[in-house]
Amino acid sequence: MFLIKNVKVNGEIANIILSGNKVSGIVKDVEKITDVPSFDAQGRVIIPAFVDIHTHLREPGFESKEEIATGLKAAVAGGYSAVCPMPNTNPVTDNKYIVSYIKTRAKEVNLARVYPIGAISKGLKGEELAEMASMKNAGAVAVSDDGMPVTNSNLMRKAMEYADGLGLKVISHSEDKSLAEGHANEGANATRAGIEGISRVAEEAMVAREILLADSLNTSVHIAHVSTANSVDLVRWAKAKGIKVTCETCPHYIVGTDELILGYDCNAKVNPPLREENDRQAIIAGLLDGTIDAIATDHAPHTKAEKDREFALAPNGISGLESAFSLCYTALVESGLMSLCRLSELMSKNPSKILNLPCGEIAEGGLADFVIIDIDNEYEIDSSKWYSKGKNTPFNGYRVKGQVMTTIVDGNVVFNRESEERK
Amino acid sequence: MRKDLLGLEDLSREEIEEILNQAEIMREHLDKGEINLDYAKGLSVVNLFYENSTRTRTSFENATKFLGANQVNIAVGNSSVAKGESMYDTVRTLESIKNSIVVIRHSMAGAPQYIAKKVDAHVINAGDGQHEHPTQALLDMLTMRRYFGRINGLTVAIIGDIKYSRVARSNIFGLLKMGAKVKLFGIKTLMPKGIDEMGAIVCDSIEEAIQGSDVVMGLRIQLERQTSGQFPTVKEYFAEYGITLDRMKLASDNAIIMHPAPVNRGVEISGEAVDCDKSMIFEQVTNGLAVRMAIIKLMAEGEDVSNQEC
Repeated sequence: MFLIKNVKVNGEIANIILSGNKVSGIVKDVEKITDVPSFDAQGRVIIPAFVDIHTHLREPGFESKEEIATGLKAAVAGGYSAVCPMPNTNPVTDNKYIVSYIKTRAKEVNLARVYPIGAISKGLKGEELAEMASMKNAGAVAVSDDGMPVTNSNLMRKAMEYADGLGLKVISHSEDKSLAEGHANEGANATRAGIEGISRVAEEAMVAREILLADSLNTSVHIAHVSTANSVDLVRWAKAKGIKVTCETCPHYIVGTDELILGYDCNAKVNPPLREENDRQAIIAGLLDGTIDAIATDHAPHTKAEKDREFALAPNGISGLESAFSLCYTALVESGLMSLCRLSELMSKNPSKILNLPCGEIAEGGLADFVIIDIDNEYEIDSSKWYSKGKNTPFNGYRVKGQVMTTIVDGNVVFNRESEERK
Repeated sequence: MRKDLLGLEDLSREEIEEILNQAEIMREHLDKGEINLDYAKGLSVVNLFYENSTRTRTSFENATKFLGANQVNIAVGNSSVAKGESMYDTVRTLESIKNSIVVIRHSMAGAPQYIAKKVDAHVINAGDGQHEHPTQALLDMLTMRRYFGRINGLTVAIIGDIKYSRVARSNIFGLLKMGAKVKLFGIKTLMPKGIDEMGAIVCDSIEEAIQGSDVVMGLRIQLERQTSGQFPTVKEYFAEYGITLDRMKLASDNAIIMHPAPVNRGVEISGEAVDCDKSMIFEQVTNGLAVRMAIIKLMAEGEDVSNQEC
């Protein structure tokens, strides 16, 4: 038995009793329980640990950017108890052996849960389907060619049908590459900076295609990193029609716009690109009305050298695990747009549901995965202090409120900021 | 003069005027054949041309020579960008050259800004991708000012490949600051999204752009724009959108024709228009030299290199 004492659950101070890795009870009074190992949460808010269904852990193959060990340390420091790494590793996660390797390595590291996402196509080449059933048996929870859109519509159709038979979710990186030969959102800011623009239709056309495929096949599909107002509208329309579509957005589309590229900060270079203010507002509206189901990080760590160069040559991606909660809390909850409870659903319960994971809720008999938050703590984002190898964020120096203090996975304290900082 | 000349978006009207006034003085030297000057003696001008350029590079080299500065060429090129040679490493090399001005031309927007942040040396942007080409816009403005005696109140039509043109962007930033009215025309495939938010008037036809303008500035239409599908044929382009003497009749009475060169005769402009007496295209070359001399001289003044002679 283990006791998490003095936590704020749904606004009231309570205590959570764990037995093994499960929650066995939430009680107000614990005076009768003595001689039980415990953790004192000092009256802070406790919510289900976050679940990231869109992460790049980079291992195997790109260990200079991130390793499973550093990525998982970053995850728990960001309040995540579960992450779903994308398959654009080297070799590509398109077979059961790589899925097994990632699962095994994650167990050795033993911080956050790892649920790998396998490739849709062999080698992410968009030509032949990868061995989805074998990958599922090895532990994959979804398939995606993230980073490399499935250009061939017929292959996407086959993928959605085949994966549906396995109960695997297809996650679409929606991008028509022929409309995306640029480096920033096509618009006034890219024009002013002389950076070749990426048409928003590159994303929207593919979102529309996936929705229509899902409708005609009566399968489900999940749209990754939605970033434009029209994409939100397309998903809203599809949901109203009863089409089985879910989607996510990322903290950077909630917080940032393409104004961040004006100084050629390569840390603001990401795909899909940061959009305009009306898109940002549409993303927030989509989060508020339930069109957007979840917030995922698209954590994309890169080395300093890769990002410290000409804008057009820098790789896409923002390191996100360690700033996601604070950025979202500040933009959405502190600003009064939504409750912490709603943000928690977007970061834990809903993403779990989308991929059918056993996480995301605090309930008797449920997994003991929690995050303890100091909602009053105001601080400045400083990626040089992060555990991730990827320090690439355009949000350094941003004042944020709400900090992850402690992360508990399977009933074990896997991250505690106060003891880390004492080290 | 500030440390770097990266773009006209950054400069104030006063700073632009300072450069143009200095350029007038340089132009007088040139007209008198005085090309053994010592305004920048002891200074090194480092050429870092990642992208091929004959005219701009020659102009900077002559400006350097005429002012008595040392010329340093660092061999870089498109190939080194393609090979993935790090710009950061090149920058480290520059740190060893004291009292220097780095002139950089690069095919990618933001490259001069990157270097300027990393080195103590002055940086002059000699053209970065589709972003800015400030010395070109300054020489264009010098040409207008010398001809009309002012920039304020002029109407300038910029016609052609606006989307890919750094000359267009620098001229829009600069001319608007100096009080000119800027009209733009390009076929829709060569007009970048959001260009209207930069303060220029976007015209629906070449005729509308030329109508009543004091300056008609053509921009080069690279032939790869046709092969990449931006317009059907060169023949159609010239017939419908070329600057011709006939279309020039719509301009104001003493209007001039300008072009940053190289010119594609029979594509964006007719040969007759290039060679006519309204054409300032060759005058622009001399003014380019004067502007570049002026900038180097102004930067040298900040360095106080004269003390080093002792």
